[in-house]
Amino acid sequence: MCDTCGCSTEGGAVLRKPGQSDYHLHVNEHEHAHGEHHSHEHGDHHHEGSGRKVLLEQDVLQKNNLLAERNRGYFEARGIFALNFLSSPGSGKTSLLEKIIPALKQRFPVAVIEGDQQTTNDADRIQALGVPVIQINTGSGCHLDALMVNRAMKELEMQDNSLLCIENVGNLVCPALFDLGEALKVVIISVTEGDDKPLKYPTIFHEADICILNKIDLLPYVEFDAAKCRENAMRVNHHLEWFELSAKTGEGLAAWQEWLEATMAQH
Amino acid sequence: MHEMSIALSIVEAVEERARQEGAGWISEVELLVGKLAGIEPESLQFCFSAAAAGTLAARARLAIEEPEGVGECGECGTTFPVNFYYAECPACRSLRVKILTGEEFLIQSMTIEEEEE
Repeated sequence: MCDTCGCSTEGGAVLRKPGQSDYHLHVNEHEHAHGEHHSHEHGDHHHEGSGRKVLLEQDVLQKNNLLAERNRGYFEARGIFALNFLSSPGSGKTSLLEKIIPALKQRFPVAVIEGDQQTTNDADRIQALGVPVIQINTGSGCHLDALMVNRAMKELEMQDNSLLCIENVGNLVCPALFDLGEALKVVIISVTEGDDKPLKYPTIFHEADICILNKIDLLPYVEFDAAKCRENAMRVNHHLEWFELSAKTGEGLAAWQEWLEATMAQH
Repeated sequence: MHEMSIALSIVEAVEERARQEGAGWISEVELLVGKLAGIEPESLQFCFSAAAAGTLAARARLAIEEPEGVGECGECGTTFPVNFYYAECPACRSLRVKILTGEEFLIQSMTIEEEEE
């Protein structure tokens, strides 16, 4: 049950805005009634005592993929460049955004969609940077999907030619499968994780376009081989763009920022 | 556990089609889940029974075919079976492998029964 309006959400996602405790919007699919319109003739394909095989040959994720394409069309029409940030919890997605947005917003408008199971903590942090942000709370959900992003982007006051950063739910497995309509996927790992992460969770590295190794300021204190990690990531996906940085100290941030600005300019 | 939301979308898709076909209930759903699709068939089986409860697919058997992946070497052009993303070419050991098939994730067909039970 929704704690704000008391309605039954059944684990559905909710949109929230920082500093607006009375604002919440449920991401529900429009339920169209299945009418009793069995207008076509059934008799001609009735087989006594046995079932009838119906071919579907339909992509299981078709609904999500179609909606993702609609999102993509919306972004294209408005010149919005959308990035989908993926990582396990705690690898520094929000910290990286916090670090880079103040510089980026001098160059072009930036907006953020935050995904978490609960709280507006991350959206509150982004709100403090003075850019439009909306929080998607997925409830029990382990990933964002195209419908959630579709609803969120309509609530977000985005300017044309913006950079839209979509921070997915912290999870290195499930978000890999769900296209949101983004231009590129960015996977972040930190040196406090294992350098074999790309081999243990290959799907997300295979789907990603960019890989960022974060927290490199901690390299002297942890057993993490950055070169080995890169090699492992490249084994899974040799097209990956690779960056090493520390969102905390700012080391390596310039290269990532330059790449982003150059990509935005070409976009 | 993305298998749960996926199970729900499978149930939604087959139920919608079954209603269009005027089915009483669904006795079988056939899926094609490539080995590289990122789906755990066992987990999907488990979630499907929960997702299908109270729908036309409540008693449906989920038949999952798992075709092996095929990769093509970007260096020497050899094609070979791949069941994980970090495969290397058996001929020249290159890691520049392009996945040709194995990422399929389709609802192939379903069997519908006319009688309401």
